[in-house]
Amino acid sequence: MIAVFWAAYVMLGAGALLTLVRLARGPSLLDRVVATDVLLVIISAGLAVYAALQRDPTVVPVLVVVSLLAFVGSVSVARYIGGMLLTSGGDGQDVGLPLADEERIARGAEEERR
Amino acid sequence: MSAGGRAVGTDPGGEGLAHQLKHQVPLMLWLVFVWMLLWGTWSWANLISGSVVALAVTVLLPLPPVIGGARVHPVGLAVFVGYFFVDLVRSAALVAWQTLRPGGIGNSAIIQVQMRTDSDLLLTIVAESLTLVPGSVVIDMDRERRTLSLHILHVRDLADVESRRAAVLAEEERVVRAFGSPDEIAALAHAPGEAPVATGRRTP
Amino acid sequence: MSDVDSVRDVVAVVLLLAGAFLCLTAGLGLVRFHDVLTRMHAGTKPQVLGILLIMIGGAIRLEGWSATWMLLLVAVFQMLTAPVSAHMISRVAYRRRHVRRDLLLVDELRTGEAADRLYRGDEPADAPPEEPATALEESRRDEGTLPPA
Repeated sequence: MIAVFWAAYVMLGAGALLTLVRLARGPSLLDRVVATDVLLVIISAGLAVYAALQRDPTVVPVLVVVSLLAFVGSVSVARYIGGMLLTSGGDGQDVGLPLADEERIARGAEEERR
Repeated sequence: MSAGGRAVGTDPGGEGLAHQLKHQVPLMLWLVFVWMLLWGTWSWANLISGSVVALAVTVLLPLPPVIGGARVHPVGLAVFVGYFFVDLVRSAALVAWQTLRPGGIGNSAIIQVQMRTDSDLLLTIVAESLTLVPGSVVIDMDRERRTLSLHILHVRDLADVESRRAAVLAEEERVVRAFGSPDEIAALAHAPGEAPVATGRRTP
Repeated sequence: MSDVDSVRDVVAVVLLLAGAFLCLTAGLGLVRFHDVLTRMHAGTKPQVLGILLIMIGGAIRLEGWSATWMLLLVAVFQMLTAPVSAHMISRVAYRRRHVRRDLLLVDELRTGEAADRLYRGDEPADAPPEEPATALEESRRDEGTLPPA
């Protein structure tokens, strides 16, 4: 049975590590927001798995806090980034902000097709 | 989102606090319930303190009332919930497979779907349930034209796009059959473009 | 303590493992997918189904109603809040053009850029544009329904 427990923890840990990779590599702020959101979900999932496997309900209130924190965090960052949109140019791209990475790649691909 | 519509109807004059409270009672019951769940035990002290907190929240941070409210049709609700969970499991498995398979994901698509219902509450439920199911996220919504814009994770070809659009409309139909008024259920029979406008269940 | 002896426990452990597996695929999807919107899909999966499975598994294993209710509350919170944050982030992502347009089969939202003038960012849905009349006129001009000034 111990092997099964380890399997659960290893999967959660690997998921969290991969999320950290995305958090570090970015490239945009929104990628990091998504990654942080998923990281918090994985943390709360890990806490719940620990509580369930050890039959130890002491960490359960922490889950409530973490799940609400994830929501408040990602919404406030999304609103913050939305606030930076106030001066958008003709094509919706923000004035003075760097071109989105995805847009750059997409434009490059369009150029190549021509 | 007309600018002029804001002042109208948030407080339909004269009835004041009592009228507002009537709209807020379900919300207050829900808040008290959540308070009890957070404390984890039932006791009179929890009930009283929860009521005080709920009253403070609803009075200090008021929400606009949802016009019309919800009617619940038990059969429709059961169908909606059943389909929702089947969809949830099936598309979660599909998305998990797309993350694992060697080829990675193929093309995505952004589609716009013309909805038939004109109620804020029903549109919210449709959008929430569509976003909850993995593989589709509601990006934008045009309330005036009643269109939802969705990002679909994986589509094979244009026929697939059309089948996803039909799936969205089917989801809408299930939601309306679960929570809609008779008028709205009747409106489902019309084609998306020509449904009668202004059933008036819009939150001002 | 960490014993598994009945059918109930086996069911719970299977649910926990399935949830943990979904968390793993979420991390994998975050690394492998191309743009913010597709990574968003990878993220919503453990947020909804993974948490649901793990909470049900936990509720089966833990004794005492207090913990069970709280786990269910967490699942309900997640299902209420996950779509909201996913929607807000993906909306901003689309407007900031964090989209690999070359990988989109169809893009029906990109009809014109007129909408950007009326709803510019992530303001609350009931916020009017700052100068509604002017903004509406300008966007009509962009669409071509009004002659240019």
